[in-house]
Amino acid sequence: MSVRVGIPGALLYYLYYPAWSVFFRSLGAEVVSSGRTTSEMLDQGVREALADACVPVKLYFGHVMTLAQKVDYLFIPRVVCLNKETTYCPKFLGMPDMIRHSIPDLPPMIDVRLDAREGWNALRLAYRQAAEMLGAGRWAADRAYWKAAAAERRLQALLQKGCQPPEAIKMLNRGVARPVPETTARASTGMVFAVLGYPYIIHDQYISLGMLPKLQKMGVRVVTAENLPHRQLMHWHSKLDKRLFWTFSDLCMRATEYLYARGGVDGIIHLTAFGCGPDSLLDKFMEMKAREQKTIPFMSLTIDEQSGEAGVATRLEAFVDMVRRKKGALPGA
Amino acid sequence: MPKVTFPHVAESYRAFKMLLEDLGNEVILPPRPSMHTLDRGVQYAPEFACFPVKILLGTYLETCPQGVELIVTSGGVGPCRAGHYAQLHKKILRSLGYPIDIIVFEPPRLYPLDFLHNIQRLNPGRLSYRSVYECIKRAWRKLQALDDLEKLSHRVRPREITRGATTRTYRKVLEWIDRAYTWREIETAASSALHALHEVPQDPFRRILRVGIVGEIYVLLEPASNLEIEETLGHLGVEVERSMFLTGWTRDNTWAETSEGLTVKDAALPYLPELLGGHGRDSIGNTILYAKRGFDGVIQLAPFTCIPEIVARTILPRVSRDHNIPVLTFFLDEQTGKAGTATRLEAFVDLMRRKKSKQAGSDCNESLPWHRRGFGKYQYSNLR
Ligand code: SF4
Ligand code: SF4
Repeated sequence: MSVRVGIPGALLYYLYYPAWSVFFRSLGAEVVSSGRTTSEMLDQGVREALADACVPVKLYFGHVMTLAQKVDYLFIPRVVCLNKETTYCPKFLGMPDMIRHSIPDLPPMIDVRLDAREGWNALRLAYRQAAEMLGAGRWAADRAYWKAAAAERRLQALLQKGCQPPEAIKMLNRGVARPVPETTARASTGMVFAVLGYPYIIHDQYISLGMLPKLQKMGVRVVTAENLPHRQLMHWHSKLDKRLFWTFSDLCMRATEYLYARGGVDGIIHLTAFGCGPDSLLDKFMEMKAREQKTIPFMSLTIDEQSGEAGVATRLEAFVDMVRRKKGALPGA
Repeated sequence: MPKVTFPHVAESYRAFKMLLEDLGNEVILPPRPSMHTLDRGVQYAPEFACFPVKILLGTYLETCPQGVELIVTSGGVGPCRAGHYAQLHKKILRSLGYPIDIIVFEPPRLYPLDFLHNIQRLNPGRLSYRSVYECIKRAWRKLQALDDLEKLSHRVRPREITRGATTRTYRKVLEWIDRAYTWREIETAASSALHALHEVPQDPFRRILRVGIVGEIYVLLEPASNLEIEETLGHLGVEVERSMFLTGWTRDNTWAETSEGLTVKDAALPYLPELLGGHGRDSIGNTILYAKRGFDGVIQLAPFTCIPEIVARTILPRVSRDHNIPVLTFFLDEQTGKAGTATRLEAFVDLMRRKKSKQAGSDCNESLPWHRRGFGKYQYSNLR
């Protein structure tokens, strides 16, 4: 029987699961993911992680614990930097250590350090290390790496076509390469909202309290930072004196600047998690930008483990109504 | 003359004031952070901003109405939020209508040119580089003197016979250092201040506990932000040793004292090999060093939502178990109450005392601080 490698379904899962699963599969391992978040996972995470951590990190703990007994290896990489420029939140950097030292009885962890700044093929070498832990040789590792890279490109392509990560992951798993035109859903109001924030908050049905489907039900089409043209975002010069240090925060800030300059959406919602460090800055900067420009209505929503679905729904509805009225008032809109 | 201000960090303002005035600036002194400061800061800062951001913003909001043009602060590279503080402050202050600019000092080793450029901006008197260097050197000496003094006060306070005597003397001698200006004067003031502090009547036989303090640098350095935890502990008969001082010199002592010559980094390595920005790794490394040096406990101070310290906090229970040293963490924010803190501290001190007397097999009563023991004759006479 092949070894089973577990990939927790939280944090970077939403952007890197396809690549990671392809990588381990092509090494001959079986990949197990913890799947969608459930309330037990959150409870477990809340119990195990400390009270002061942010919700996504608690959830990650929950996912790890769900997986722990089902797999032979856990893939918990130390993701430092993947684009040679910005790093991830310090909690990502310390994740393997936090997990190792606070959850008892874990299977062995594949905790390679992914830091693209260390050299042009640092990532490849890191993946080689991961493969080595499973007993695979260099060539197998490199082949798996290229396959993984291809999978990542496929995911990016889907995202750029307007898919959201969870659908895209599903499609890739099923082997569909082209998005199904789901134009029927957008229909009614013709409004487009940008929902900005970290992918593991927005796309986690549980943390975001089903925000995207809710908006879609109200007849609003949603774009996220992943859907915006990546190249242009990266070249978009940000007016901050210094770039935000963290990859996702930087991306959100750029997306905000980009949207305010280019238009194309009717509202912007920033979804942030209770107790998130980087967001305290990001949210303020976004809010200031919104106040400066006033062209696109902006709302920021903070979510914690106790947020009620009803409260969020009410705020969403109010915001949608406000935008609709504003839009109706505009001549020719 | 440009009007300049800077963040309030414990007593260090005395040295910075001297330096900036020497360079020909008009200094607007930051007030000691108070409840009022915090209220202002909380009002305008983002809700989940780190505690230091809120305090600093509050401080600036108190000084800005006095016509401040320039704020001097230090930045920070690396993945922690500290590096963005200055920008956030600038944006907020400007949006409130204060036309200020912020000069951010980055470590001179990494950005030597920026450093010189910044110095020039603060040097309206156009002093030569040589005299600027002299001024910096004197200010540094003053900072060192202030740190020395504070360090000694931590050692004297738990042993003082009259409660509060150390603090009173400390306040008094700070002024001596404040008034000193030339190198000679600073040297003299420093040594006589240390001497005066030594002279505070002490009970050399008192059994005291030794506690190390680790955590995020701002809440560590600024007593107003940590509810004067060091003083409180001192009064409970605990000698504290802080892992960080502004001048940083104490570290070398710490390293030398462990038999294995471990550095903070090496010590933390098995637990947290990654540098997180902030001081998360130092918190872990220092905890281990304190344990090896036979301290009775460690207290971690961290601002609420502080990322590196949260990571450290997740790992510390393990360190505490492995090295058999009690660790207590305080996450501080504007809602942290002094009363609640004191209760937790007292419980922690009791725990350490029990642990210690169990190890020593000694009489419990003996090891209590004087104000909690029964009033024996000897004790009574000491109390006046
Ligand atoms: S970026 Fe925010 S939400 Fe994400 S792990 Fe860091 S603190 Fe938590
Ligand atoms: S170390 Fe903590 S307090 Fe300092 S900037 Fe980082 S998160 Fe904020």
